[in-house]
Amino acid sequence: MSEGKHWLVRRRSIRVLWIVFVAVLAVLAVGDVVVYGHPYFGLDGTFAFYAWYGLLTCVVMILLAKAMGVLLKRKDTYYDGE
Amino acid sequence: MTASSAFPPALVLILGGLLLPLLRGYARSIAILALPLLTVWLVWQLPDGVSLSARFLEYRLEVVKADALGRLFATIFAIMAFAGGLFALNQPRVAELAAASVYAGSAVGVALAGDLITLFVFWEIMAITSTLVVWSRGSENSYRASMRYLQVHLFGGVLLMAGIVAQVTDTGTIAFTAMTPSTPGTWLMLAGFLINAGAPPLSAWLPDAYPEASYSGTVFLSAFTTKAAVYVLLRGFPGAEILIYVGLYMMLYGIVYALLENDMRRILAYSIVNQVGFMVTGIGIGTEMALNGAAAHAFTHIIYKALLLMSAGSVLYMTGKRKCSDLGGLFQSMPLTTACGIIGALSISSFPLTSGFISKSMISQGAVDEQLAVAWFLLAAGTAGVFLHAGIKFPWFVFFQKDSGLRPPDPPLNMRLAMVLFSILCIGLGVWPQPLYALLPYPVEYAPYTVPHVVNMLQLLLFSGLAFFTMLPLMRRTLTITLDFDWFYRTLGKWVLDRAATLTGKALRRAETEARTWIGVLIGFVFRHHGPEGALARSVQAGSMVFWMIVLLGAYLVLYLV
Repeated sequence: MSEGKHWLVRRRSIRVLWIVFVAVLAVLAVGDVVVYGHPYFGLDGTFAFYAWYGLLTCVVMILLAKAMGVLLKRKDTYYDGE
Repeated sequence: MTASSAFPPALVLILGGLLLPLLRGYARSIAILALPLLTVWLVWQLPDGVSLSARFLEYRLEVVKADALGRLFATIFAIMAFAGGLFALNQPRVAELAAASVYAGSAVGVALAGDLITLFVFWEIMAITSTLVVWSRGSENSYRASMRYLQVHLFGGVLLMAGIVAQVTDTGTIAFTAMTPSTPGTWLMLAGFLINAGAPPLSAWLPDAYPEASYSGTVFLSAFTTKAAVYVLLRGFPGAEILIYVGLYMMLYGIVYALLENDMRRILAYSIVNQVGFMVTGIGIGTEMALNGAAAHAFTHIIYKALLLMSAGSVLYMTGKRKCSDLGGLFQSMPLTTACGIIGALSISSFPLTSGFISKSMISQGAVDEQLAVAWFLLAAGTAGVFLHAGIKFPWFVFFQKDSGLRPPDPPLNMRLAMVLFSILCIGLGVWPQPLYALLPYPVEYAPYTVPHVVNMLQLLLFSGLAFFTMLPLMRRTLTITLDFDWFYRTLGKWVLDRAATLTGKALRRAETEARTWIGVLIGFVFRHHGPEGALARSVQAGSMVFWMIVLLGAYLVLYLV
């Protein structure tokens, strides 16, 4: 069934992509041990700061957008009658 | 300072644009491509200082004045006119091409204006011609959007004009130099500039109007108005603290609204506000590093944002669809468009080896240098958020996600060439930033490629990618728009005006009825006394007059005798 599909959208390829992605993430996070950056403000000196900070702030932004969407989303025909 | 009479570079695109409708076929195509190149050449012939001045009233206008900052912006505006023109070569509506050329030319004019009056003239030409670019798509929606757009910009123009008048009255000079917002005049000018930058509260004009232009019109629009505003803020208000707060707000506003949006070009329009937010923050920080960063980011942003909108424009051109919920799976039949879209997406996300990486990080470095911790943490969050809403969301929903079943091929040659050109520039500047750094207004002592910086940036971006893909169910596209400040003038304002019209209509009708009644009464009263039967207007016979005379005389005689 999946033979007719583009190789990129086959279930197997997607699994491989996920594995590679997670491996890269792990290497990057662990890389913090080897790479000496110089923290500017204290908090950014914590382990794998950019990794957890990026993940956390993105989750917060997605949830914030979701919450605002509850209040502010309208059908995309909202302004059609004007 | 000897003022020679150099030909103003801005006029090449302005006059050339006005002549475009007279040309046909190859002649028109050659003109579209040659005019911007001639402009770049002329800009680089200008010596530092005033090259052309003119007398106006009692003022001496500095129509053309060059320095590093002005030259940088004039150059990128002309490069943009070239690539946008190449992308739009197959645009059948010559009105759009002519308007876009004059629009680009007036942006060059703003970048080289040495005084406030010249600046204002080019500023207003930009407002009118950009309206024409939106309007020339010719649909009912684009007409309405262009009129809303024009009203916001004319309002901004009025604020700017009032500010200039107050400033000239205060200082006695029309020179356009660095100011601090402290007097009513400078505040008004700052407000006029910020409206064009897409700052709150009126930022909704941008995602409202730009995506209503044609597939090629939006590419032009993305470049000039907001970046000309960044330029005048850089020159006029460097280090104005309020800009830090305004910029950070714009940055987060753009992300949140783009995350909620379904229309691919509106996603990118919100992302313009987000990116200009980074620049405005840099201008507010105001160190040489941050100002260089803002200028460099404006330069690289024009290129990658145009590239993103070219790839979106290609999709719109080939499929006629613009909503993420209708798109997906296009990578299979539009490989070049997909690749160019991804390069633009990586650049806007400031991925290492792309142009965004070497420009945006200078703004963050400025925050570090000034010990602005909150600004720095928010800039980092904003960088992660850019990857989220533009870096992944745009290419993911347009080119991948579900298979929409659409299999359009890549767009025509001219559109492909324009995308390839800007892709090369995105990567070229990312790999080899020195030529851009050499053009910046201040000497650059910044090395973007250090191991910690690259690793930190990759961590930040790839983990925000992780957030995107793990929270994908929350990002599902819906057929919705998100209410913004424009609701106040599109819905509430309209309702208030409709109500006011109804109420005043009723009041007027009642007043008219009342008035008619009273006028009737008055006429009746007059008629009763002065009409043909009225006591004061009865015709009297001569005989009765003689009779009454005799009575009067008799009475007089009697009184006399008594």
